[in-house]
Amino acid sequence: MYTKMDTKKDTKKDKTGIKIGMWLFLYSEIILFGGLFVLYAVYFSRYTSEFIEGGRALDRMIGTINTVILLASSFTVAASITAVRRKNIKAASGFLIFSIFCGVVFLVNKYFEWGHKFHENIYPNSDKLVDGPPGINIFFGMYYIITGLHGLHIIAGTVLLSISTYMVVKRKINEDSYAMLDNSALYWHLVDLIWIFVFPLFYLVL
Amino acid sequence: MSGDIQSFFKTPSSPGLSGIRAWLFTTDHKRIGLMYMAAIIFWFVLAVLFGLAVRTELMTMGKTIMSADIYNSMFTLHGVIMIFLFVIPGIPAIFGNFMLPIQIGADDVFFPKINLLSWYLFMTGGLMAVASLFSGGFPDTGWTFYVPFSVSAKSNVSLTVMAAFVLGMSSMLTGLNFITTIHRMRAEGMGWMQIPLFTWSLYATSWVQLLATPVVSITLVLVVVERMFGIGLFDPDKGGDPLLYQHLFWMYSHPAVYIMILPGMGVISEIIPVFSRKSIFGYKAIVYSSMAIAIAGSLVWAHHMYTSGMSDVAVFVFSLLTFLVAIPSAVKVFSWISTMYKGSIQMAPPLLYSLCFIYLFSVGGLTGLVLGAAGTNIHVHDTHFVVSHFHFVMFGGTGFSFFAALHFWWPKMFGIMYDFKRAYIAAILTTTGFMLHFIPMFVLGLQGMPRRYHDYLPRYETGNFFAGIGGYLLAAGILFMFFNLLSSFKKKDIAVSDPWGGTTLEWSVPSPPPLHNFVEAPVIKSFPYDFKDVLKKFKLKND
Repeated sequence: MYTKMDTKKDTKKDKTGIKIGMWLFLYSEIILFGGLFVLYAVYFSRYTSEFIEGGRALDRMIGTINTVILLASSFTVAASITAVRRKNIKAASGFLIFSIFCGVVFLVNKYFEWGHKFHENIYPNSDKLVDGPPGINIFFGMYYIITGLHGLHIIAGTVLLSISTYMVVKRKINEDSYAMLDNSALYWHLVDLIWIFVFPLFYLVL
Repeated sequence: MSGDIQSFFKTPSSPGLSGIRAWLFTTDHKRIGLMYMAAIIFWFVLAVLFGLAVRTELMTMGKTIMSADIYNSMFTLHGVIMIFLFVIPGIPAIFGNFMLPIQIGADDVFFPKINLLSWYLFMTGGLMAVASLFSGGFPDTGWTFYVPFSVSAKSNVSLTVMAAFVLGMSSMLTGLNFITTIHRMRAEGMGWMQIPLFTWSLYATSWVQLLATPVVSITLVLVVVERMFGIGLFDPDKGGDPLLYQHLFWMYSHPAVYIMILPGMGVISEIIPVFSRKSIFGYKAIVYSSMAIAIAGSLVWAHHMYTSGMSDVAVFVFSLLTFLVAIPSAVKVFSWISTMYKGSIQMAPPLLYSLCFIYLFSVGGLTGLVLGAAGTNIHVHDTHFVVSHFHFVMFGGTGFSFFAALHFWWPKMFGIMYDFKRAYIAAILTTTGFMLHFIPMFVLGLQGMPRRYHDYLPRYETGNFFAGIGGYLLAAGILFMFFNLLSSFKKKDIAVSDPWGGTTLEWSVPSPPPLHNFVEAPVIKSFPYDFKDVLKKFKLKND
């Protein structure tokens, strides 16, 4: 039996509402990293010279390449939305696959970067860090935690983009309903944005 | 139930689901609210029993019923379960879920599926907390998980901490859902100043949940990372600073006490005008003070750390900010009292619980100022004075408003009425027990008895003994209250849609409400607490 009056409101069609929810979520992600940036700020003021020394030891080239990769992928993700709205599925899925590829390349770079440091005996709780100056230990501790957490977000982002690509190909994301793609793209931009803060803090300003 | 309108108990949210599946796969905010209720009350009773065990141990000097190690786990479990599984989710997850959409004239929350996901996260977090007990020993860090002990402790702290992390996610998603719902789902004609005060308080709470929870999430992640990799971010030996943990922890956990108390204040703001038959005094003042508490409450965290080592300037600033939070809280107490002034008061169990709330919360709030002042804080820091203060606020405040909400909305949620006389007895027993339990702790604290100690000096024995007796009275009152509520299912005393004479929208729909809440389009009043019609209706009845 059904109720007399059906007041059911279709929230799936309220794009503004969905956006509000997504933005609130992104906001909580920023606060999550915010806690780490607070730690960074405190330790930077305490161990300024060690942080500078540690920052010089990082590979600025890989950092720059990764920044370019992320910026490019952010552009292609945005382009894929336009393509979906113009009903160009081929272009949309192409842009998305390129973005996913960028995410993977970023992670591979990160793997080599971390591997190189591990090789130099610089990793959490390694003898070199524990017996060395405390400021250096803290610098690399922050480096591994922040880039590590960011890496996890890259993985989450590529998963979201992969699901979106599948849905675009299956026409479940189309010109009328693309909230999933929109939100995945927003998430990817967020991951990108956080990197824009991580990159100078570890590679550039030091 | 009238005519062809079925209550939501008989209508699954998606047709075809039946039995237990109609509950586990539901997206109906009312069913989800009731599922939270079952889980949360289970945790609450369990934690009450742990608390009782702790107080029994303290009733006499030396070992009474348990060893010091078990005692440490007992108060940790009492704290963790009460905070993360009862006080924080209690009112928003149960009554917020059930009433918020109805109060704003909507058929559900904005993201019904995410709402169900939050419930599953809540259950997962609870199960992880239980699992942590049976793998590697009981956690004994206290609910604050302070480093260095939480990093070096042998017991399975990681799992307990991850449980708190998952529960935080659940709470954050609920907050996100409520904010979006309030922004996008209000019925036509309901502006911001037509929103009922309970919903307003949930709006303020949700913002604090979103603002603060991620900070504790990352802090808890760092504890796990430290345990796994030993980076040393909080280890002075490796260049870290343990004080930073405390800062990060309280940056969330102080705002969290406002997550706990604000919804309770919202409940009281609903109940007082209904039983005074009088419009709430200072609607706007209550709304703005909720938001003011949410904002100012986020800036006072370091008042937990006066003795941890901070500059005098920082102590001064945090002390001042702490005093400022007292102002909006007092505005609310003033508004509630003024609402009752010259009202035609009708006594009912929800009102009795609310009156107890006002008294107990005021005591809790005023002793909070003793703790917020830097000078007196040094004297009573980490003593039983603190224990008593936060139980007055958290239990006398949130706990009692939870009981008030249970009695207020029980007929709406289940369509049945409980026995009034027994409810009064339970309320008086609980309050008497409460005072006998916690007032001796103020004295003990001022005399210098520290908190979290397994044993004490002979001169503290009398106070602890009486506190223990009070504890048993308190527990008896709570159990009697639940017994009375549950026996209403047996008696089946059918409640009408508006048993109290309320003015907000939930009283305009059948009890229990139908699946999509409203039978006809909701009529939005230009002011939500206009009692003109209610007075007329009840006058006719009496004539």
